[in-house]
Amino acid sequence: MSKNNTSKTFQYKAKAAAEKKAAFGEDLDLNKYSREGDKHPYEKDPAALPRETKETMLAAGIILDNPGQRSGTFLQLDNTPVHFSTQQEGVEVMALSQAIDKYNWLPDYMWKAQSVDADKYTANVELHDSDGYFIRALPGQKTIFPVQACLYLEKSKLVQNVHNIIIAEEGSELHIITGCASGSREEPGLHIGVSEFFIKKGAKVTFTMIHTWNPEIAVRPRTTTIVEEGGLFMSNYLLMKPVNNLQMNPTARCVGEKSTVRFNSILVAGKGTSLDIGSRVLLEAKDARTEIISRAITIGGSIIARGYIEGDAPDVKGHLECRGLILGEKGMIYSIPELKGNLAGIDLSHEAAVGKIAEEEVEYLMARGLTRDEATAAIVRGFLRVDIEGLPPMLSAELRKAVEASEKEVM
Amino acid sequence: MLKITDLSVAVEGKEIIHDINMTIGTGETHVLFGPNGAGKSTHLMAIMGCPKYKVTKGTIFFKDKDITHLSVDERARMGIGMSFQRPPVVRGVKTKDMVAACLKGTGDGETIARLAERADLQDFMERDINYGFSGGEIKRSELMQLLAQKPQLTLLDEPESGVDLVNIALIGEMMNDLLEKNCPIPERNCMGLIITHTGHILDYVNARTGYVMCDGTIGCVGDPHEMLATIRERGYNECIQCFLGRIPLHE
Repeated sequence: MSKNNTSKTFQYKAKAAAEKKAAFGEDLDLNKYSREGDKHPYEKDPAALPRETKETMLAAGIILDNPGQRSGTFLQLDNTPVHFSTQQEGVEVMALSQAIDKYNWLPDYMWKAQSVDADKYTANVELHDSDGYFIRALPGQKTIFPVQACLYLEKSKLVQNVHNIIIAEEGSELHIITGCASGSREEPGLHIGVSEFFIKKGAKVTFTMIHTWNPEIAVRPRTTTIVEEGGLFMSNYLLMKPVNNLQMNPTARCVGEKSTVRFNSILVAGKGTSLDIGSRVLLEAKDARTEIISRAITIGGSIIARGYIEGDAPDVKGHLECRGLILGEKGMIYSIPELKGNLAGIDLSHEAAVGKIAEEEVEYLMARGLTRDEATAAIVRGFLRVDIEGLPPMLSAELRKAVEASEKEVM
Repeated sequence: MLKITDLSVAVEGKEIIHDINMTIGTGETHVLFGPNGAGKSTHLMAIMGCPKYKVTKGTIFFKDKDITHLSVDERARMGIGMSFQRPPVVRGVKTKDMVAACLKGTGDGETIARLAERADLQDFMERDINYGFSGGEIKRSELMQLLAQKPQLTLLDEPESGVDLVNIALIGEMMNDLLEKNCPIPERNCMGLIITHTGHILDYVNARTGYVMCDGTIGCVGDPHEMLATIRERGYNECIQCFLGRIPLHE
């Protein structure tokens, strides 16, 4: 992406924040990662990618062979967008760099939702030649099938800087499935992904993100969403595979009346995995609604599960639910639900629970004839099953499939 | 046949029931009366094999096999089933999944739908088991699961508590299905042991033997209908004074 197209102010702010530690999570030394790497060639036919790459992407929900049930595809290898295409009219999918060349208004959206100087990671994205995806649903357009986007980290010791802009114009409906994955099973790397969502009046966006990293990868997504009047943003996040260190705290701002945000997260941390994952929703307009649901399982890893809802306008309503399950002897879950109300007439609530599987529940299932292992598996499977209201059946089925595929690692 | 001999059971180190003897023949249904805290539920939980209920003395034989130290699931698979008084909510495990587990592959979706209809729980099958269920819905759900499980020995812990008068007839019918009431006794294969406070359920089941339990011991054995009449007339105080020889604690 051309730096000329971003304002000097952003560059200035980013430089000032280049060493700024993030509010949460381990402070990473960015100098340990390289920006250098070969540019990858554009792939007109993504099915032509190597079989192993396609299989890894498939595990993250990205279908490259006969992607009939997708309305668009975006692929990025390391720091190069290698494919983008659309199969449905009214939906635009392209590299951000190309979109900036195409639309002179697009810079107005850059760093509009997410602060460029939030921390060293956002600054790093601005200070380097970062590309990413641009996905836009035109006014009134409703996608039937989801757009799929894959951010794939292939080269070891690389920092992958990504900047994504997603715009759902008025009255549109957009479903996105994003798979983030890495090629190597052992090599370290760093993924920094800035995503800015703009949900215009009456628009609906579901964003389903599946992470399939490796035990050496560090990840720092930075996401902010702005939801206008009557808009709906639904984020579903699934992380069940090992990762070294992942910290994110996506924020959604309900700036329009009767706007709605839902965050659902399913997190599994094995030994060696450290997660600090939260969701923040700011209810800034009358009658805005939110629900944050997080399910966390540790099988030896460490999970900080945050949730924050702030009510700043009359008649807003929010509920936060963090549930954590500790399987095995080791592992840590630190659940931090926070509610802040700034005026009367708001309705915010939370429930949080962390513990092992209740013996009483296991025995109840055993009294029906299940063995201890079967009973435990049924409870864990049930714990991971989050029924997501409003998610299209096809995406629900894909999410369920992804959970089931990873279940045996939990058991 | 279920044969219990000199059974004593402790919970968290404290002995709750003492030297219980009980024999339930195939095809028979017995009823256990007693005031709150008498140890009735402990007795049922011990027969079911819930690990918190430790047998400190005595034996439990079921179908001529010593099951005293078998696990709860082994007993369930041998044919013992229980309707719990206060079953836990298991989030994420749907009611239909529980029924399917009870069926152990012996039925399909149609079977589950039929059982749901029998229990009038069609709208509850997609819900997490026991989550937000009323007292009556819990009882019906428990019996629905047992109908799927088809146990040879059914243990029912206060199946009528929290059930309104309209639904108590349905509960009674489901219990009769479980206990094969409509079969002549010699042809029945099922046994039942029912805890009841109110005795309403006796209007619906054919119970031939009753027990009164107080302070963890069984004082009387006899005709359950006669026992119930006496209890209704004089309360449990008379039982306590009669066979424990002490003044009831609350007097």
